[in-house]
Amino acid sequence: MAESNRSTAILESPIQVTDPACIVGIGETDYVRKPGSGMSALGIQLLAATRAIEEAGLTGKQIDGIMPFPNLGNAEAFAANLGCENLRFASIIHMGGAAPVASLRDAAAAVNSGAANYVLIPGGWNGYSGARVRQTVSQDVSSLPGGEIARDYYLPYGFTAPPQWYSVMARRHMHEFGTKPEQLGCIAVAMRKHAQLNPNAVMRGREMTLDDYLASPMLADPYRFFDCCIETDGAAAVVVTTAERARDLGKHPVSIMAGAAGQPYPADEITNRKDIFRTGLSLAAPEAFQKAGIKPSDIDFAQIYDCFTFEVLQQLEEVGFCKRGEGGPFVEGGRIELGGELPVNTHGGLLSEAHVLGINHIVEAVRQLRGDAGERQVRDAEIGVVTGWGDFGDGSIAILRR
Amino acid sequence: MTEDSSDYRHPLPELEGLTQEFYDLCKEGTLHFQRCAGCRAWRHVPREMCPECGSWDWAWAPSTGRGKVFSWTVVARALHPAFKDDTPYAPVIVEMDEGVRLLTQVTDVAPDALEIDMPVEVAFDAVTPEITLPRFRRAAA
Ligand SMILES: [Zn+2]
Repeated sequence: MAESNRSTAILESPIQVTDPACIVGIGETDYVRKPGSGMSALGIQLLAATRAIEEAGLTGKQIDGIMPFPNLGNAEAFAANLGCENLRFASIIHMGGAAPVASLRDAAAAVNSGAANYVLIPGGWNGYSGARVRQTVSQDVSSLPGGEIARDYYLPYGFTAPPQWYSVMARRHMHEFGTKPEQLGCIAVAMRKHAQLNPNAVMRGREMTLDDYLASPMLADPYRFFDCCIETDGAAAVVVTTAERARDLGKHPVSIMAGAAGQPYPADEITNRKDIFRTGLSLAAPEAFQKAGIKPSDIDFAQIYDCFTFEVLQQLEEVGFCKRGEGGPFVEGGRIELGGELPVNTHGGLLSEAHVLGINHIVEAVRQLRGDAGERQVRDAEIGVVTGWGDFGDGSIAILRR
Repeated sequence: MTEDSSDYRHPLPELEGLTQEFYDLCKEGTLHFQRCAGCRAWRHVPREMCPECGSWDWAWAPSTGRGKVFSWTVVARALHPAFKDDTPYAPVIVEMDEGVRLLTQVTDVAPDALEIDMPVEVAFDAVTPEITLPRFRRAAA
């Protein structure tokens, strides 16, 4: 938000019992599609992990906590490859794409409680060349959100995959609030613009106009092809430790001011929610802002989990950047673009950088808060938000500060 | 997924526990939902206990079979191989008179003719000798 809008609440925020934990290392692989990474699904994650560990000034031996992405690896395998001889904390959060940001919260708690000193949060896949996202989702029922409910009550009707699950919410939003396809298009176009400033973005060099967006074929109406994130080979990782250890490492630590996660109700069944727009983030966001002692208007940028365009709009509402129902007008007019009031997904997001499970959103937030974002740097970025969205609407949020 | 001797090639529910009871009632040609004996709340999908009042007592109660369209998506490109020849098709959420919602399809309305609040009624579809799926058709207002 503009400097003039910044609340003085930051200075008045309550003194925390413990210093906030910090992100001290980030790592990414190249993000590629054709012909694929040429690495194994574990190998590509290990590459990102080693980069994050090295960037933090650490060695694999010092990593004593690992939080893998659900269904994409286990801590034991990471530890055995990275030489983590003293693995003490291993935990997987089963919230799909909301897992990495929820892991930030738990990693912070782990290091501040002494359960671990250095927690690695890796994630990645051969989302393009390996088992394609859509196939994984549609054929392995055991990994479906909702499990047997999805198998017994959704799949017989061809309700099989994320763009279908979420597009019923998008349609309902359009019905109740008048949200327009062009407004979803503003989100896709903003992400694509940002990707032009990111050398590692898959969609760099492939600009897109609103007309291009509207001309793209329907996939799961109201979702068009360009409402959907891009299946990518790639991995990213971050390392979390205490503020005290972060100071000793002498890097540019980024503080985790607050983290929170939540689930819709019921979380395992999409159709019978009294309020279909009350998702995990609806609970998590107020908690995070309360913990951090700040307001949405204090935020300089937001990296919002953008599996599909409407999820961005919906999360902007539930985080509180605008009122529910006002997300459509909010994303118009360049407000969420670099230079706008609230730059969103400055790296291009899952829609135009790469679908790396949202760990790339954390990496980008750290980069922005270190002032290392190059051409796409948000000027004077001091506080940023990262969100995650997964399964049938699980949500997570972290508020990060330079 | 259940595969039986028929030539029906779409995913089917696993008939076990409460789900078997739900679909067996459909096979008999009646749509039932669980209704709590404690607080009278209706519920779907089947659950062991009432999340509203905590009661374990419930019964299958007959639905009017009538409801209205709550939302839907039109799948233009199937993301499951069994549905690749079905496009475009529309998974539809129907809100029943009882207040519960279910994911289904409306068989006699083209995807681009669906409307929110369109009245619909159950139309059972015996897709295999064992399994009857509740689908819906347009109803008089
Ligand atoms: Zn009850």
